[in-house]
Amino acid sequence: MANMYSKGTKRKFFDSVDAAMDNKAVLYSRQRQSLLDMSLIKLQLCHMLVEPNMCRSVLIANTVRHIQEEMTHDGSWQLVTEAFGGSGPSDHLVATEVLCRSSALEQQGGGPKLYSVMGYDGCREEEVVTDEALCSVTFSDGAPALLGTIDHCWDRAELRMVAVEDRVIKDSGSEVESGEGAKTVMGQVFGTFEIKNGAPGSDPALEELFSAVDASYYDLDTMLTSIQSTPKMGPYNLLDSMASSHGPTSNSSCRTDLSELDHIMEIIVGS
Amino acid sequence: SCCVGDSTTLHSADIISTVEFNHSGELLATGDKGGRVVIFQQELESKNQPQCRGEYNVYSTFQSHEPEFDYLKSLEIEEKINKIRWLPQKNAAQFLLSTNDKTIKLWKISERDKRPEGYNLKEEDGRYRDPTTVTTLRVPVFQPMDLMVEASPRRVFANAHTYHINSISVNSDCETYLSADDLRINLWNLEITDRSFNIVDIKPVNMEELTEVITAAEFHPNQCNTFVYSSSKGTIRLCDMRASALCDQHSKLFEEPEDPSNRSFFSEIISSISDVKFSHSGRYMMTRDYLSVKIWDLNMESRPVETYQVHEYLRSKLCSLYENDCIFDKFECCWNGNDSVVMTGSYNNFFRMFDRGYRQDVTLEASRESSKPRSVLKPRKVCTGGKRKKDEISVDSLDFNKKILHTAWHPQDNIIAVATTNNLYIFQDKL
Repeated sequence: MANMYSKGTKRKFFDSVDAAMDNKAVLYSRQRQSLLDMSLIKLQLCHMLVEPNMCRSVLIANTVRHIQEEMTHDGSWQLVTEAFGGSGPSDHLVATEVLCRSSALEQQGGGPKLYSVMGYDGCREEEVVTDEALCSVTFSDGAPALLGTIDHCWDRAELRMVAVEDRVIKDSGSEVESGEGAKTVMGQVFGTFEIKNGAPGSDPALEELFSAVDASYYDLDTMLTSIQSTPKMGPYNLLDSMASSHGPTSNSSCRTDLSELDHIMEIIVGS
Repeated sequence: SCCVGDSTTLHSADIISTVEFNHSGELLATGDKGGRVVIFQQELESKNQPQCRGEYNVYSTFQSHEPEFDYLKSLEIEEKINKIRWLPQKNAAQFLLSTNDKTIKLWKISERDKRPEGYNLKEEDGRYRDPTTVTTLRVPVFQPMDLMVEASPRRVFANAHTYHINSISVNSDCETYLSADDLRINLWNLEITDRSFNIVDIKPVNMEELTEVITAAEFHPNQCNTFVYSSSKGTIRLCDMRASALCDQHSKLFEEPEDPSNRSFFSEIISSISDVKFSHSGRYMMTRDYLSVKIWDLNMESRPVETYQVHEYLRSKLCSLYENDCIFDKFECCWNGNDSVVMTGSYNNFFRMFDRGYRQDVTLEASRESSKPRSVLKPRKVCTGGKRKKDEISVDSLDFNKKILHTAWHPQDNIIAVATTNNLYIFQDKL
């Protein structure tokens, strides 16, 4: 497993750049990275009680997307992904990834993590790197993060960074629905409340209890005189433990989706 | 002339979130963060000072919206008044629409200056008289009383917006109005509260594909079928309601091509339009983005006919303004009565006026120190570089917490209302 912050990688990058442009490029690169970090932090800031300003959130998310696109264009994204040894997304502009923080890596003993965060247009599941072990991640820990809006804060201590293997999903067979899980993250970031995935290994009693509920009913946009909705984040997220009652999604693919979501949100949170 | 001065009225309030003159200019309504509406009334011109128009004094205060808690989403719904719009006056009473993030209310403001006196069966204090003591009959008559201004909610338009309402606009037909949130625009009949028509919906099927939101919307002042809405990507769409029930297809799209030399990561953010206002004539519309005010001819979609820089000196500070979130401030703009001057706010309690005819602009300050009553406002200047002249302020000394987001201009006279964070300033031109 290559450590993306290994010195070897960095040296290789700089050797290939014209010496005269070095400083300028480095400075620009640093500023751009700083802007990216700042933007991601802004998306995490929580307004505990009030819904976040959607215009602001959209503009910040677009800024992040622009930075990622540019980084993909000028190859700095490519180099990063090459360091992971996986198939780079350089030819998939909108399959954007976010590099996790080095401190997070240090916590977990290293390991590359690539996640689709935003811009899921044409996002392909094979770019998401995950691990079989993720399927065993219990839902309750990640739930508040998954179902929270981007401006909701969550207790970072609760999020568990799980070590991943540098492996591409497509090699391991199609365990994952295309784009479904990743897309749900952004959807929830912007406040839709569609329940797509149930909890893995949830209480069978609860499962039975809620099995008759039509999850599409919780789509906020179908309600004008709404009386029911998914709580975005609250102390009692009953629906967190609700099993998915619509669609033919199998339990195992649900679990994988959720695991990926877990990781994606962990990355968004950063270290 | 675009300089105002002379008379200043100052009122303190909770954080002011909207300011609006009524159609005659006699009344000025403000909404605040606490959900209150305060209406000021212009005093009749005094005989002592015929040169001076009347001052504005408090006429009515009422609680329009209360904080609510959405138990299902575990979220508070703020009571902050986002917008107030007056209805044209039809009878003795005044009507206005006020809205918070989710609910629009129609308020009736009426005066009572007479009360019936001389009942046969009741005392003046309301107690019933013993019928056996009644020996004569009299007809009750209306007697003058101290003026009482009553505000009562006549309609509540609720549960039609999933997202936060940013605009309301009364149609020239005086029967309908629109309300716009981040992703949708609804059309209401003023009489009907339990249903509205969705006329614009830009919500993508998958929310993760969301890249653009609606920032403002307004009906055309004369054409009851036409409205515009602006977006966070700097576009304005003009829609004709006769074309189709759902106006997702615009009739016109106004967008200025980006200047490649000014491109940065902040280009999109600063192009986001915070306010759009039709001119009184209906020929033009004005948009406000972070750094400029643009005037558009409705017949030309390719670019604005006029562009005014509000505070270009901030362009080099965009990163800092992004960091402290000031780059997301939503400034409003307004026209004067004959569309010859436009006005908008800035930082440091500065506000700017642009005279379209004379091609002049001025920066003025709304603060207690610089505006004593009856004093003339002094033009201000921001020093952008080099040696700072006397009375100039350097960009780094600007107070970004003192922002003027809301301004309003009297529909006929040169009277303006400028809201700083907690104070409302009313400036009048010397006749």
